Amino acid sequence: MEFFADLVLLIDSTLRIATPLVLTAFAGLIAERAGVVDIGLEGKMLASAFAAAATAAVTGSPWYALMAGVGAAVALGLLHGYVSINQRGNQIVSGMAINIAVAGAAPTLANFIFHKGGQTPLLDEESRFSIITLPGAEALADVPLIGGLYSEIISGHNLITYLTVLVVPATAWLLYKTRFGLRLRAVGENPEAVDTAGISVALIRYQALIIFGVLCGFAGTVLSTGLGAGFIRDMSAGKGYLALAAMIFGKWKPVPTLLACLLFGFVDALQGRLQGVSFPLIGEIPVQFTIMLPYVLTVIILAGFVGKIQAPRASGIPYEKDH
Amino acid sequence: MSDLLAIETRELSKRFGEVRANDAINLQVKAGTVHGIVGENGAGKSTLLKMLFGFYQPDNGDILIDGDFVHLANPSGAMDHGVGMVHQHFMLVEPFTVLENIMLGAEGGRNLEEGKARARAALTDLEEKFGFDLPLDEPVENLPVGVRQRAEILKALYKGAKTLILDEPTAVLTPQECDQLFELVKLLRAQGNTVLFVTHKLHEIMAITDDVTVIRAGKLIATRKTSETSAADLAELMVGAKVSRQVSREDKTNRQSRLELKNVSAFNGQGHAALKGVSLQVKDGEVLGIAGVAGNGQTELLEVITGLRRISDGSIEFSGLTIADKSTVTDPITLRQKGMAHVAEDRLKTGVVESMSAKENIMLGYQTEDEFVSIGVLKLKNIEARAGACFETQDVRPRNIDLPIGSFSGGNQQKIVIARELAQSPQLMVIGQPTRGVDIGAVTKIHDQITELRNDGKALLVVSADLDELLAISDRIAVMCEGEITGVMRVEDADEKTLGLMMAGQKIDTSKGLAGNAPSEPSTAPTGGSL
Repeated sequence: MEFFADLVLLIDSTLRIATPLVLTAFAGLIAERAGVVDIGLEGKMLASAFAAAATAAVTGSPWYALMAGVGAAVALGLLHGYVSINQRGNQIVSGMAINIAVAGAAPTLANFIFHKGGQTPLLDEESRFSIITLPGAEALADVPLIGGLYSEIISGHNLITYLTVLVVPATAWLLYKTRFGLRLRAVGENPEAVDTAGISVALIRYQALIIFGVLCGFAGTVLSTGLGAGFIRDMSAGKGYLALAAMIFGKWKPVPTLLACLLFGFVDALQGRLQGVSFPLIGEIPVQFTIMLPYVLTVIILAGFVGKIQAPRASGIPYEKDH
Repeated sequence: MSDLLAIETRELSKRFGEVRANDAINLQVKAGTVHGIVGENGAGKSTLLKMLFGFYQPDNGDILIDGDFVHLANPSGAMDHGVGMVHQHFMLVEPFTVLENIMLGAEGGRNLEEGKARARAALTDLEEKFGFDLPLDEPVENLPVGVRQRAEILKALYKGAKTLILDEPTAVLTPQECDQLFELVKLLRAQGNTVLFVTHKLHEIMAITDDVTVIRAGKLIATRKTSETSAADLAELMVGAKVSRQVSREDKTNRQSRLELKNVSAFNGQGHAALKGVSLQVKDGEVLGIAGVAGNGQTELLEVITGLRRISDGSIEFSGLTIADKSTVTDPITLRQKGMAHVAEDRLKTGVVESMSAKENIMLGYQTEDEFVSIGVLKLKNIEARAGACFETQDVRPRNIDLPIGSFSGGNQQKIVIARELAQSPQLMVIGQPTRGVDIGAVTKIHDQITELRNDGKALLVVSADLDELLAISDRIAVMCEGEITGVMRVEDADEKTLGLMMAGQKIDTSKGLAGNAPSEPSTAPTGGSL
């Protein structure tokens, strides 16, 4: 019974941890299916985490925070688009530049505005996306099995986590069932074919980057105003790269990408639970080792278990008409 | 056939920097005809087509479609006027199905499923009219090239094309697929469509077109009625001078086997079997041509011989030594020292380093030799002397060994590569696509050089996608299909039809060729056949 309770808690925190991962991975998925590689997921997540937390601290409203978070990520997405679509710049360099710039700028700005050593003030409940308790959760909490499942796993998440559940089918629908999706996938595979069909390659890629920005904005916002209560330096902690890995592991497809995110989320939740637990024979595992787990898993999976994968063929290549 | 013009250009011009790609072109294409456009590589055919298709904007001049002045801002503008183009490199999205590819850009509404249903219905009618039978739900990447091309043509027709531009449509087809294409072109004409057929193969022009326009160095040289001209006339117009070829071929007796492959198998980069039990022999004083549709193992064959790829089974012997078997592979530089030269198939990818100067490229592969290097320092004087000599013997232009090799024309690049490979007087030359991207003048010179080497008693193995070329220079031709040799024929016994069937995978009993016997009587090879 204790094991079951542990498992419920584990799944509960998997869902929480996976929320920003799923949002960011799907942002990356949409950009790369349109042929724009963005290694700057991390930076965009961090920028919107800061923008959201700062706005929430000043206005006291999570809704303004969400707008600011999305705005920051979309703006950076468009900047990346300008570099890689209009200027045909190197997309890795652009993404990396954004990551580094944000990692430095966000704490600097936070310090300048709030004077708290690069953090934003702790947010109170009203200015956060707080936990939503679904009707009947408390009443059912004591019912064996179902009660735990319902009150812990289904109920008790913030709004953005619930919205994320909708992102997966919405993305799949957009990609595979709409005209826009057909064109977006075509642009990522063979932009010349799209151009000769009379469709603007740049327009499709910009549209993809706006969707990308919105998803990244949600991810950053949930980080600082949903899961956390304020912005902390480097709070994205490599989640942007982890999302990138999940997207590759998921072969740029919605459902496998979701599963990869859940796996990474689960391992991260597991390492949280393992901290301080004493094992027979081994004793207590140093926390530094448990924290490594999700990242070690990433390396192992990408090095050994993914196998042959075909990225969108035009991904990362600026589109130029040949002469 | 009426005298209405489907397409007309007046003084159409386009320049790229200093190069006049198209200079005041006045083209007239009659409606309901098949109009051929011929010219050498770089003559300006593609630029002209791209302007007609709205991909490039002209600097000067006008385009008229069905007698009306038009401004084609982009490809969809051209499509609105009923002009569709089938590009040399297909504009298809490989993982998409045929249906999705055809719909792209004309989906008919936001909802994809509804659009698909409508497109499917419309396509059934079109397919019936033109005798197509395409697998609409198959991803394009699983289809053979000929079928992909038909998908491209159907795509243009679906989008309402009345005038079809076909850019080098036969470059990637087997002879049988070419015949099917010709049938389709005739059917299109019979249904009242106009076809602009662009090629550099003159026999195709003679076979299929009503009129033909010759383009040279960006200028329209002549337009003729096909029935009133000949391939020789057109060749002369294309090159601007009479083309004649006279290299006689001598035959030697007592030949020695120089290269022998025994049951060689190998995998390609994706881990699929690329060579399946290939056995071949090349003797001194002969040219063995390897024919086949691109991608049937020819690239891997070149790689295993030249030490660039491991073999999984069998063995390769060169000058009596085993250079490769299941467990060993000899590195390219050792092979070079043993007398094997390699003119790489993909010149810019493996043959040269594009941004390095000609002289640096000329010493690549010799960088460990004492003549050019001492304790890691280059002996620039010796390198320059070697490069100068190479330029002189091959007549490379411009005569500047310091220019980056990428700034030479394709023909001159190839001459430099051949000079580099000949510098060590090799016993065996392995050549991939000897004249790809090379202008006609240089083609002749390269063919002559291959024949001279053969007459000198060297062994040559030549892979080419150009059947005419192989028929002109080879003693024997081996055909590859899906990693297997489907047959080896002496060139005297070979004809395009048989070779075509073998390229399509039909095995033909060619026992006399397989034995690798030397031609017993003196042969007069059909030189000049490629023109």
